[in-house]
Amino acid sequence: MGKITFTMSKRILKSLASGPATLRYPHEPAKRYEASRGHIEINIDDCIYCGLCSKNCPADAIEVSKDDRTWEIDRFRCIICNSCVEACPKDCLSTSNVYLEPVFSGPLKDRSVGPEPEPEVKEE
Amino acid sequence: MTGRRTVVPFGPQHPVLPEPIHLDLVIEDEKVIEAIPSIGYVHRGLEKLVEKKDYKNYVYIAERICGICSFIHSLGYCQGVENIMGVEVPERAHYLRTIWSEYSRMHSHLLWMGLFADAMGFENLFMNCWRIREQVLDMMEETTGGRVIQGSCKVGGVRKDISVAKLKEMSERIEKTKADVEEINHVFFDDSTVIHRTKGIGYLSKDDAYHLGAVGPTARGCGVAIDIRKTGYAAYPELDFEPVVESGGDCYSRCMVRAKEVVQSADLIRQAIEKIPGGDIDVKVKGNPEGEYFSRVEQPRGECIHYLKGNGKKFLVRERVRTPTLTNIPPLVRMLAGCEMADVPVIVLTIDPCIGCAER
Amino acid sequence: MTIEEQLITEITVESLLEEVKTKSDAGYRLVQIGCTRIEDAFEINYSFEKDYRFENLRVTIGEDVRMPSISDIYWGSFIYENEMHDLYGIGVDGMNIDFNGYLFKTSIPHPFRDAPAVTVKKVPKKMDEENKTSGGEE
Repeated sequence: MGKITFTMSKRILKSLASGPATLRYPHEPAKRYEASRGHIEINIDDCIYCGLCSKNCPADAIEVSKDDRTWEIDRFRCIICNSCVEACPKDCLSTSNVYLEPVFSGPLKDRSVGPEPEPEVKEE
Repeated sequence: MTGRRTVVPFGPQHPVLPEPIHLDLVIEDEKVIEAIPSIGYVHRGLEKLVEKKDYKNYVYIAERICGICSFIHSLGYCQGVENIMGVEVPERAHYLRTIWSEYSRMHSHLLWMGLFADAMGFENLFMNCWRIREQVLDMMEETTGGRVIQGSCKVGGVRKDISVAKLKEMSERIEKTKADVEEINHVFFDDSTVIHRTKGIGYLSKDDAYHLGAVGPTARGCGVAIDIRKTGYAAYPELDFEPVVESGGDCYSRCMVRAKEVVQSADLIRQAIEKIPGGDIDVKVKGNPEGEYFSRVEQPRGECIHYLKGNGKKFLVRERVRTPTLTNIPPLVRMLAGCEMADVPVIVLTIDPCIGCAER
Repeated sequence: MTIEEQLITEITVESLLEEVKTKSDAGYRLVQIGCTRIEDAFEINYSFEKDYRFENLRVTIGEDVRMPSISDIYWGSFIYENEMHDLYGIGVDGMNIDFNGYLFKTSIPHPFRDAPAVTVKKVPKKMDEENKTSGGEE
């Protein structure tokens, strides 16, 4: 039988004074930092549909079509690893630090359609 | 009444087990005579995926072998590929890898200390350990962008740099975390509740630990001084540290080793921040790996081996991961023989089982 | 940063037990047993360590060769030997704890036994779509 020690008492007093260590999520938004990887965003206006993001994606989540001028991401497959952002030659991809809302069922695909190309120089 | 044996199945679903391991406990009265382990509930075949993902993208899978020591898995894998290909990683990248590895270790040990407190019924201690762990996770997320899966290691270096101002802030905050940890360590070392549940329980002799292949805190708690960080990978050769060794061989010693290692890790982070050189954080890697390498790293749970074999193609031929839990199972079996039935959960937890890791 | 020297000694199946005994007597600890499929053979690495000196014994065997168990020398080797049996289908004689193929419960028996595919191409987009709709993927 060892001696009874009150090793936690100091901590308990501190906790009483300092308030809870947890956040009341979802009433309060979750913590996030500048570097947090929330989700991938695209500025479709600058996209040249080269497909490098799709080739570099380890999860095969991105599909790019040059003909339809679309860029599509499967949010369920995406692991938000930042590879596409690093691969993009036009810097039109970025990682936002906002986490997406949870959903109940898939698939969750986001399709961005680029603007119509500027008409070629008209001849009149 | 002696001689009447009963087999009690323990796991794979058990309140104390975070992951599925099954033990057939042969008991006589309340005493465990023999334990037969069985795993295989979460085999994912991650090793086979190396044949389908190119060697640069496999880092993301290597990282997902385990949710706790994820950074160190990616480090082990990258280090292996780099050594096959003869890539010289910049010094700064080595230091950043070391800093993140040590953060991983702190986070893993604090998580374990919480679970351990929970296993012996000390819920308040569990809560307090995880509160401190949150500070470590915050630092990880601020510097890498991920709380648990950092994704900051790549073949040829690291993907994210830490600014000088941030490093300074980190070194100040780590001191605060260290003070908090020391306060909680005092509970683990001196509290009568903890001592009652751990001292003299789950004894493993030094010889047994060595010959059964125990690694990490399981081995160091028995007086075997094996710490793969001493082989000098990453920036460890430039840092001053000695492996934490306890000679008790019981649950209490293994707990002490981990508790002391958290403080040691905080110290290593401070040292690394002081010594970190400037310069690049990555080099461009061209070509494909050809050759083989056994890459050894020290994870929070012990020595982990990534064996890589490439044949000059984009896809590696083989990656074999030997995780610390797999090799700590035979020592666990030996520890369980002769213990009391009520102590089984505590003993199982002292090897810090990570079955997802063990089965890949 | 130091790069560890890779010490690999090629040995035959017959001399395995003898070599392992020598290692055990010299005070080495068993680090791991790992298997690799190479074309029509298996390469089995037995790794040992003493004072941070890392050494390997390598046995190359054909498809139908059975291995002797080293569990008499290293008690803890049963976990690797059962793994070798369950994932690669290599028979091991004389294990101290034999799980008879139930250590790893895989849906396909011996999933790692087949030689790796020579070329693996990314699934074309069209097929990928089909797979997803039919639920064939993963």
